[in-house]
Amino acid sequence: MKTLAAVLLLVSSVCGVGVGVGTADTIAITGATVYPKPDTKLEDATVVIRDGKIVDVGKVGNVAIPAGAKVIDGKGKTVTAGLVEASSQLGLIEIDLEASGNDGRFGTERTEVHAAYRASDAFDGRSVAIPIARGGGVTSAVVGPRGALIAGQAAWVSLSTNAIAPVKNTVAMQAALGRGASAMGSRGYAIERLRELFDDVDAYRKNRAGFDRNQSRRLIANRLDLEALIPVLDGRTLLVIGVDAEVDIRAALAIAAERRLKIAIAGGDEAWRVAKELAAAKVAVMLDPTSNLPGNLAAADVRDDNATILAKAGVRVAISTLGGTSMTRTIRQLAGIAVANGLSWADGLASITTVPAKLYGVDRGTLARGAVADVVVWSGDPLELSTRAETVIIGGVVQSLESHQTRLRDRYRTLPK
Amino acid sequence: MRSGVAVFLCFAFACVQPTRPTKPTPKPEAPSLDVEDSWVDPTGDLPVGVKREVGERSGALRNPQAPVIAIRGATILTATPSGTTRIDGGTIVLQGGAITAIGADASVTIPSGARVVEGKGKFVTPGVIDAHSHIGVYAAPASQAHDDGNEASAPVTAQARAQYAYWPQDPQIARAAAGGVTTALILPGSANLVGGEGFTVAMKQGRTTDDVAFPGAARSLKMACGENPKRVYNDKGMKTRMGEYAAFRTAFYEARAYLSKANAYTRARALWLKKRNRANELDAVRGARPRVKVEAAPEPPGVDLKLDTLASVLRGEILVQIHCYKASDIAEMIAIADELGFQIRSFHHGLEAYKVRDLLVRKGIALNTWADWWGFKLEAFDGIEENAALFHQQGGRVTIHSDSAIGIQRLNQEAAKAMASGRAAGIAIDDNIALRWITANPAWVLGIDSVTGTLETGKRADVTVWSGSPFSVYSRAELTIAGGEVTFDRAIGLLPADFELGHTTTDGGITR
Repeated sequence: MKTLAAVLLLVSSVCGVGVGVGTADTIAITGATVYPKPDTKLEDATVVIRDGKIVDVGKVGNVAIPAGAKVIDGKGKTVTAGLVEASSQLGLIEIDLEASGNDGRFGTERTEVHAAYRASDAFDGRSVAIPIARGGGVTSAVVGPRGALIAGQAAWVSLSTNAIAPVKNTVAMQAALGRGASAMGSRGYAIERLRELFDDVDAYRKNRAGFDRNQSRRLIANRLDLEALIPVLDGRTLLVIGVDAEVDIRAALAIAAERRLKIAIAGGDEAWRVAKELAAAKVAVMLDPTSNLPGNLAAADVRDDNATILAKAGVRVAISTLGGTSMTRTIRQLAGIAVANGLSWADGLASITTVPAKLYGVDRGTLARGAVADVVVWSGDPLELSTRAETVIIGGVVQSLESHQTRLRDRYRTLPK
Repeated sequence: MRSGVAVFLCFAFACVQPTRPTKPTPKPEAPSLDVEDSWVDPTGDLPVGVKREVGERSGALRNPQAPVIAIRGATILTATPSGTTRIDGGTIVLQGGAITAIGADASVTIPSGARVVEGKGKFVTPGVIDAHSHIGVYAAPASQAHDDGNEASAPVTAQARAQYAYWPQDPQIARAAAGGVTTALILPGSANLVGGEGFTVAMKQGRTTDDVAFPGAARSLKMACGENPKRVYNDKGMKTRMGEYAAFRTAFYEARAYLSKANAYTRARALWLKKRNRANELDAVRGARPRVKVEAAPEPPGVDLKLDTLASVLRGEILVQIHCYKASDIAEMIAIADELGFQIRSFHHGLEAYKVRDLLVRKGIALNTWADWWGFKLEAFDGIEENAALFHQQGGRVTIHSDSAIGIQRLNQEAAKAMASGRAAGIAIDDNIALRWITANPAWVLGIDSVTGTLETGKRADVTVWSGSPFSVYSRAELTIAGGEVTFDRAIGLLPADFELGHTTTDGGITR
């Protein structure tokens, strides 16, 4: 046990980098390669954090280090904004295959509409997957339900050690089209149901009083679900539509134009085939760049450079595990893979920082003065495989990088004789 | 490979065509036979060690159709266990399906007529080998029609073989080749305790499975423990791990009885042959009837393909590949192997192998695992990023496997991550070790390490050329060569599978 204690001491002293974990100190990261924005690189630069915000970023010498600041030597390190997983189920699903650790995944058997479901009600900020994601430099995630035509509301969550409540309860409504989205297993039927649902929302809001007195035609969704869809139909809440096939993407674009919705695509295996139309409609795509298998008969035309073609056409691309939990920390590898297939490095970093932040309207993803201080100090290029997140700061607080996994590693580093 | 069943039957029932016994006559003058039952089985029912690993005469090293290819000026990483493992400014020559020369540019003569690949700035490694894939048995597009990986009709289907189901036109094959993969062990799924035999393939498209079989590869049997079998058979008579391990034992004891019966027959037949030969000798000397009386030949026992395969495990003629996650499950499978007297070649997945790495290394059992998968089910809850590194540090043989048609496309990156995690934890892992995780070590797991897995003169021409370091996220395979044949060339693009022809606009998805 003595060795174990010594190892733990060593680990905590390495991870802490001399800065107190868990307190909102004034922090200066000095002499690092800093990306205040994905397309802006400052060599030999300093980042100053105070009261949870970025107060200064600039070349060493141009930035005053406040007295009493905890200094992190950034020499040889790279500093970026904390990474954002744009489409996740963190805190909703603990163990994929265990029903007891599984929320926010709906089948289409009972009902296709769960608009009033709020991930913020179900999000478990103490999920064991969160510290593991954080250890990979991911500081925010958009968590949302899956599975039905309308699965419910996604929340923006911070992955800090003390963030039990989401940063923003509703950043999007999650929907799906295509064969899997409806009980009928028909893509045409899914669109038919969506139109019917939207008409019912109109009918409901025009006749709320009548609805409450039971003087209404039969509507296909419950009252709270209809209420929850009003901001979507008003174009105030983003509707994220999970689709892969070109035909379904075109259907999503058509219905968005018809009802003047603000939409984004999640999945988008064949989105590259609709790049021009997506760009014209200013519809962002969340995708996994490794998804290159002709996985089903409807979406067989897949390619490695999906993200590259979309970005070149002017489509905003967010890179994501698309509903993952345990693999959240791999988003930077996914971005790197997109770069290997032609995406610019800046767009790669943007795809896991600024793009999702802007898409969901949450102030994160940059190191601009005044921004919330979600900051990662990397041992090198954040998209590279050999790189590690050495210091993770969320809201100006240096985070513990301990997790279920690091504790296991330390316990079994030496085996009993 | 198609002769596998016949080959095996030979061991069990003796490779002698039974000839019709001569009809004895009742004449009293016939002398009795003086043949003693001196037949000795030197091994009895005990295992005799794995015998059928690939030898150099297997055909894996011959390919008369293969072009002559020379890659020059490259950084060559050999994945050899010792000596020079990195040659900067090196040349490698491939000819007739084998590596015929390797060394510094100046020391290697390029044969005239060779296709010369300029390797400046590029890296050359052995072709990547995946010890765990379901490509071809869970082919794309994913569909019920392509669900050929789990013969989940009974918990033990040792008679099933992945080769029977493998679709050599799976569009996933070309994508794996584009990831630098030259060889893989295609395994049945993990629904069953014993799923069936694996199929070692060269990663290339073909018309029939014989076209893509790795020549002379050793046999492998897939087993699985833990959550999957008891989930699949929960309503069909096997609800717990207790039931699983009891069923394993039951199956293997049945196989042992079957083997005893087979051995008894072999012995009885040998004795009978001796008697018949002796009788023939006596008849020849006496030169007259009546002939010496010989009893009827013993009846061969019936063939049971399931027990035949399990019996070959007990005989050590097949490599045992077991899917297990938890330390306690791993130890239980080792207990069964010890009890029945067979050797386990490797555990697959083994996310908790780090907890029992001393036991595994002591037993000489390899570990095939992922870099960072965890948490998708409860038995995967304790997976850690340092699993591979800790296992290596213990002296164990590690491979990074995929179990995924996506993951197989970037095993080099997975090895890089596992290396980085190890290094961050203070465990020394050099590039050659990490490269061996996806080349030489899986070759050993598959029992083909004498012919492939490293870059050495005389080895099979399984080679990948990378645009940069294979451990960088930005590098991609540019040229993949399996058995001397180019299976992927980025300059040409992906070879579309039949399914994709006239169906998809891309030639599979690679940037031109």
